[in-house]
Amino acid sequence: MQFSTQLEEKFHRLAQHYPVKRSALVPMLLFAQDEYGFLSKEIIAEISRRMDLTVLDVEGTISYYSMLRTKPAGRFHLQICTNISCMLRGGDKLFDHAKTKLGIGNGEVTPDGLFSLEEVECIGACAWAPAIQVNYDFHHELTPERLDQLIDEIQRVSRV
Amino acid sequence: MPSQPSEHEVRVLSRRFGLPNSASIDTYLANDGYRALEKALKEMTPDSILEELKVSNLRGRGGAGFPTGMKWSFVPRQSPKPKYIVCNADESEPGTCKDRLLMEYDPHQLIEGILIAGIVVGSHQGYIYVRGEYRYLIDILDRALEEAYARGYLGKNILGSGFDFDLYTHTGAGAYECGEESALLESLEGKRGIPRIRPPFPAVAGLYASPTVLNNVETFSSVPPIIVNGGKWYAELGTPRNGGTRLFVLSGHVKRPGVYELPMGTPLRKLIYDVGGGIIGDKKLKAVIPGGSSTPVLTADAIDTPLDFDSVAKAGSMLGSGAVIVMHEDTCIVRAALRIMQFYAHESCGWCIPCREGTNWLKKTLTRFHSGGGREEDIGLIEDLAKNMLGRTFCPLGDAAAMPTIAFVQKFRNEFEMHLAGQPCPFEKHGQLVGA
Ligand SMILES: Cc1cc2nc3c(=O)[nH]c(=O)nc-3n(C[C@H](O)[C@H](O)[C@H](O)COP(=O)(O)O)c2cc1C
Ligand code: FES
Repeated sequence: MQFSTQLEEKFHRLAQHYPVKRSALVPMLLFAQDEYGFLSKEIIAEISRRMDLTVLDVEGTISYYSMLRTKPAGRFHLQICTNISCMLRGGDKLFDHAKTKLGIGNGEVTPDGLFSLEEVECIGACAWAPAIQVNYDFHHELTPERLDQLIDEIQRVSRV
Repeated sequence: MPSQPSEHEVRVLSRRFGLPNSASIDTYLANDGYRALEKALKEMTPDSILEELKVSNLRGRGGAGFPTGMKWSFVPRQSPKPKYIVCNADESEPGTCKDRLLMEYDPHQLIEGILIAGIVVGSHQGYIYVRGEYRYLIDILDRALEEAYARGYLGKNILGSGFDFDLYTHTGAGAYECGEESALLESLEGKRGIPRIRPPFPAVAGLYASPTVLNNVETFSSVPPIIVNGGKWYAELGTPRNGGTRLFVLSGHVKRPGVYELPMGTPLRKLIYDVGGGIIGDKKLKAVIPGGSSTPVLTADAIDTPLDFDSVAKAGSMLGSGAVIVMHEDTCIVRAALRIMQFYAHESCGWCIPCREGTNWLKKTLTRFHSGGGREEDIGLIEDLAKNMLGRTFCPLGDAAAMPTIAFVQKFRNEFEMHLAGQPCPFEKHGQLVGA
């Protein structure tokens, strides 16, 4: 399997950073996921082959890391923090609101594949709580109203 | 972001925050950037650098507060093995979001601190391990690294000194446990982040079983100002044995949450009321978690505790990562205890049975308790379960879950008792939960 030129370049650079090959594994998996949306059997097999590791070993590593996934998420993955600092500022109300608004539960994807939802642990935005990440983008000090606007905006932009 | 600066701040590490293009090497160079490196390479020896660090009383900002100079001096410099510098940018302790700013607004200060560690222990290679969620910071750091290479501050023969150093970013992929030093090293080796038994400590056998210096982002970032201005100057900013300033993260029920740089030893009252503007709705203070979710809660009467490692320890808690989480009178402590335990149960890597089982049993018991199904004997059970986890695991995640739980039960037993009265949670009125 050949990855995109961009990803191949990334892998090539990564390989030069470590005296021990396996060190590049987790970044490779995450970068591949960023491009393909999830880690398919094919991607896992290819990365295992390149790293001289068994598929089982790589799958064992994948299962440890919460950001790595073997099933597709939505195009916009909403990660809502409900940990202590966010909870004190209404993070769980925000999470409940998102469930109702999107009509999906934790870990689910909307039927059109546009959104997925995940309740997450502290994302490092505690002083600007409640906070969420949409894919890698942070949104701080959210209210249910601002979350609605954000979701509506994504829907509007994605339709055109 | 960052927060509006406060007049009470003493800005040493954060003094370039807010300058135009503060992350660029030009801004850095125009504001004392890489002067410490020059001084370290041209005027100092590894021993004199270590001496300054020891005098500075800089203690690790990652959580444990271990003296940095001492940690660096444990590295066997004569060892024939390669040595590594690893920067812990995993920042996952709930309540903590300060390293993020140091990387976003002043990445070169961090790079310079890491380089100085390299000079001291004779290392030529380092990694910045950044939590996966902070992808945008990897981009910022990579750009800064590129600039540093281009200007001769990284790579071969740095500033004509003959000293070589290569530095790379490395992304994690979601795991609190990978902030623990030995699990981080496993993760950096491409494996599941499972802790290692110690000794040997990383200083002797760390990354690839080689001597390794591992410090927090803020710790490394504190080194350049110490080298430029001297250890004595830095020490005097703080309190005895607690040198300098640190970035406090103020969150929860305050009017002005934010990240503020204040001298070590700043009283909690000053942080909450003067810097943070007081409690939202001018409500009464109930409790403060002083150093991130792993640290035991303090009651409102600890309000005059000076925020340095030793004073907070004397008050029965820990300064930890400097994340001060404030809770007002309407907060349900049982619920706070439960949410924190949910986190540890989720993040326990499962390697040590007392932690894996203990966190899950505590989560279940606290869940039942909070939802109104608690029994009187559960209060003792929660405390007992937590106490039995202490000291029985490879890494301190088990302790990090147990210690706050014990404190919640011991200091707020009355709130646990209030939940026994049959109704679910006495603090949840009309669908209004804890909080704003
Ligand atoms: C479960 C656990 C999580 C930790 N997470 C972090 C972290 O995210 N960042 C950090 O710097 N230190 C973290 N630490 C502390 C590190 O193990 C280590 O002590 C620290 O990075 C050393 O740096 P310092 O001496 O500069 O503080 C964690 C410790 C434990 C037990
Ligand atoms: S607790 Fe939500 S970002 Fe830290």
